Amino acid sequence: MSRHPGLINKTEFPQPDNFSWTEENLRKIDKIIDKYPKKRIQSAVIPILDLAQKQNGGWLSQKAIEKVAKTLSMSIIRVMEVATFYSMFNLEPVGKNFVQICRTTPCWLRGSDKLTKIAKKFTKCELGQLSEDKLFTIVEVECLGACCNAPMVQINNDYYEDLNENILLKILEDLKNNKDVKSGSQIGRINSKPLKQC
Amino acid sequence: MPTIIINDEKIEFKEGMNVLQACELAGIEIPRFCYHDRLSIAGNCRMCLVEMENSPKPIASCAMPATDGMKIKTNSKIVKDARHGVMEFLLINHPLDCPICDQGGECDLQDQAMYYGFDKSSYKENKRAVNNKYMGPLISTIMTRCIHCTRCVRFSTEIAGVDDLGLLGRGEKAEITTYLEKAMNSELSGNVIDLCPVGALTNKPYEFQARPWELKKTETIDVFDAVGSNIRVDSIGKKVLRVLPRINEDINEEWINDKTRFAIDGLQKQRLDKCYIKENERFQETSWKKALDRIILQINKTSSKNIMTLSGKLSDVETIFSTKMLFDNIGSNNYECRIDNVRIEPKARVSYTFNTGIARIEESDLILLIGTNPRWEASILNARIRKSYLNNNTRVALIGNKKDLTYDYEYLGNSLKILEDILNEKNDFSLLMKESKKPMIILGEAALARQDGNCVLNVCRKMCEKFSIVDKNWNGFNFLNSSISKIGALDIGFYNESFSADVQKNIDKFCSNKESVVFLLGVDEIDMDIFQNSFVVYIGHHGDRGAHRADVILPAPAYTEKDSLYVNLEGRILQAHQCHAPLGDAKEEWKIMKMLGDMLGANMKFKNLHELRELICLSNELFREINVLHKNKFSTFGISGEIIESPIVDVINNFYMTDPISRSSKTMAECTSDILKLNKDALIPND
Ligand code: SF4
Ligand code: FES
Ligand code: FES
Repeated sequence: MSRHPGLINKTEFPQPDNFSWTEENLRKIDKIIDKYPKKRIQSAVIPILDLAQKQNGGWLSQKAIEKVAKTLSMSIIRVMEVATFYSMFNLEPVGKNFVQICRTTPCWLRGSDKLTKIAKKFTKCELGQLSEDKLFTIVEVECLGACCNAPMVQINNDYYEDLNENILLKILEDLKNNKDVKSGSQIGRINSKPLKQC
Repeated sequence: MPTIIINDEKIEFKEGMNVLQACELAGIEIPRFCYHDRLSIAGNCRMCLVEMENSPKPIASCAMPATDGMKIKTNSKIVKDARHGVMEFLLINHPLDCPICDQGGECDLQDQAMYYGFDKSSYKENKRAVNNKYMGPLISTIMTRCIHCTRCVRFSTEIAGVDDLGLLGRGEKAEITTYLEKAMNSELSGNVIDLCPVGALTNKPYEFQARPWELKKTETIDVFDAVGSNIRVDSIGKKVLRVLPRINEDINEEWINDKTRFAIDGLQKQRLDKCYIKENERFQETSWKKALDRIILQINKTSSKNIMTLSGKLSDVETIFSTKMLFDNIGSNNYECRIDNVRIEPKARVSYTFNTGIARIEESDLILLIGTNPRWEASILNARIRKSYLNNNTRVALIGNKKDLTYDYEYLGNSLKILEDILNEKNDFSLLMKESKKPMIILGEAALARQDGNCVLNVCRKMCEKFSIVDKNWNGFNFLNSSISKIGALDIGFYNESFSADVQKNIDKFCSNKESVVFLLGVDEIDMDIFQNSFVVYIGHHGDRGAHRADVILPAPAYTEKDSLYVNLEGRILQAHQCHAPLGDAKEEWKIMKMLGDMLGANMKFKNLHELRELICLSNELFREINVLHKNKFSTFGISGEIIESPIVDVINNFYMTDPISRSSKTMAECTSDILKLNKDALIPND
């Protein structure tokens, strides 16, 4: 299987020395924890990990994991179990644009292989690798639930649908040059409406 | 009682059992990997599948509660096929490296593959490989063999109470590890080796030493703490290779601590196996005859008033009894076992035993720990407290030094004055005491090994009376003793009342300024300088501090090399068995005493171990019953007086090295450097 920073069990990358919550996130944490019974605040581990990942630039460092453990009075290994179980938690630094290319059957039939190839070529790195300019990490993932607009990719929090090699290349180039890109269908489709009336 | 039908046979079962347990009642063995009756149910190996009527699929019997009228089949084709299938799945990634695996011959996977598996696999793909993990100096890991039953994870979280092990990743990438591969920070860590159904976690010091069928297996008793865990010692020739727990529900269930299991390499090091006489400050090897003659000469030169003997941490009942007999015969009553200066009341057995009993800790609803660190002084007992804390919602409070005890407790402070407050209802804790149905107080040695020990004892007794800690069916007063020899010695009367006020001082006084003869029965934990003017005879098995100071050394067998009786902290008589003959010239202590007695013309009324034991029983009827918990009558003890305001000083500061055997052990030295430091730096640094 291809490499994916969310599917490793170890934190080997040179680690930053510390992690502390921003004021804003501390407030968010209180709100999140409030949703759970007093004695069961550990249930908040996933949203809090997610918060930590966002604050940390898309990945969880050792210190971030330890911090989450401390915030929720859990043992570190329990947090580590959750962080390694879900592929959405990255344990290695990722690029500013984390590109997840769907490769499950519908997308694959519609040419996801080609998307991967072009993305690899554009970033000059292998799957799961951080590009030299630190702008991109490309990974392949399983179905993201937008099959009707296959093939598609997810970049950070947005979906880009109805792609082909050229469109994807354009998106990547725009991202590289810090230009705005439009998310959603790239061929003018509204939601998942059929293109032609039949 | 509800009934279940298993293979067309009706079986009655108890409410709350699962199908697997019900099948066991019917005498049917269900293969299993993840299920363990002392751990929570995981239901993840699927080896225990059975057929249930009206269920479209076979069910995991360990995770299915048995219900009245349920119909189960364990011998159908479906079950057989299911087991084949599961076995094949489990072996997809298993390396099948049995010839080089330490678990070989005692491996659940091997055995069950033989019985329930079949001889082919449909998989030709590469097997996955997993990097081995460092888990400390005790546990060796070959993680490719792991079948992810998670028994080890559940053990460390539930029983040991340290959240150290975890299962990282998922699916094909799942791996068992500790966080950042730190050593497992528990005194019970070795038990995961027994729990692991495959050879993924194995005994590191025992690695590649032997195959199970080559070993001589002896059932005996552990002596490293006063719990008296039941153990099986596996040896080849005169070498002890490993120690395993034996099940004793009243004492250790099926766990043992790491010192019990791993300190045995100390039995090969620093051993005294010859007699020695000190001449010109140097030890000369000598014969038994010459050594004994030298001692007789000295005894004859010395008035019997000036002869003394002290018992050590590991002395067994026979040693102490025969020594006492010798001393009584030569007209000296200077024998003493209380060299740690713990002020119990030797005449009241209730004051120096763990009266509640280890098993009944589970019934208690309130435990007050006073000057003790049970995690180190009696790890197995501490596991019971944790069990009670988890299952019975027991509240625990501590007076003493703050420690991680593996369960939450209320910290009352580090002053014994608090006891007076509790007694006089000036502390909130008094209310809890009053309300509790089955309260316990556990008094540690540290609370009594002080000037005001007698007063502490007195206040505790008063507490017992006031808060109904003791009644007809419940005795909540407990003294937690940490050496296996002590209670036996007290039961035999191996103490001198004239020393009682301050034993250490009186021993000191006894030895100063006059020529005396002192027999040390494996005593190393005492200031040796006090023996400046004494002629010291050391009888023991390790060249530790006592032996260095000695004038004559007589070699004696270690605990694995003799048949003997011990009394554990509950006051239970336990019988230990010889695993192999003593090393070198060593002779059992009672034989030495017999020889000395005969030479001195004393009347030693026994000729062999059997007769000696009979004499022991005659002197104290308690010794007739092995492994029985006696009820001790509650009586008065302690002396009234003021408790001094001073912090409690713990008695053990290194769990791994507490006696001559563990001090000689290389493994224990590694634990000291690798694991103990984890206790010091907390895992989550403060910022
Ligand atoms: S290491 Fe052993 S006990 Fe732990 S999960 Fe693997 S097979 Fe089970
Ligand atoms: S297959 Fe690609 S989104 Fe479903
Ligand atoms: S023993 Fe029942 S699933 Fe493992």
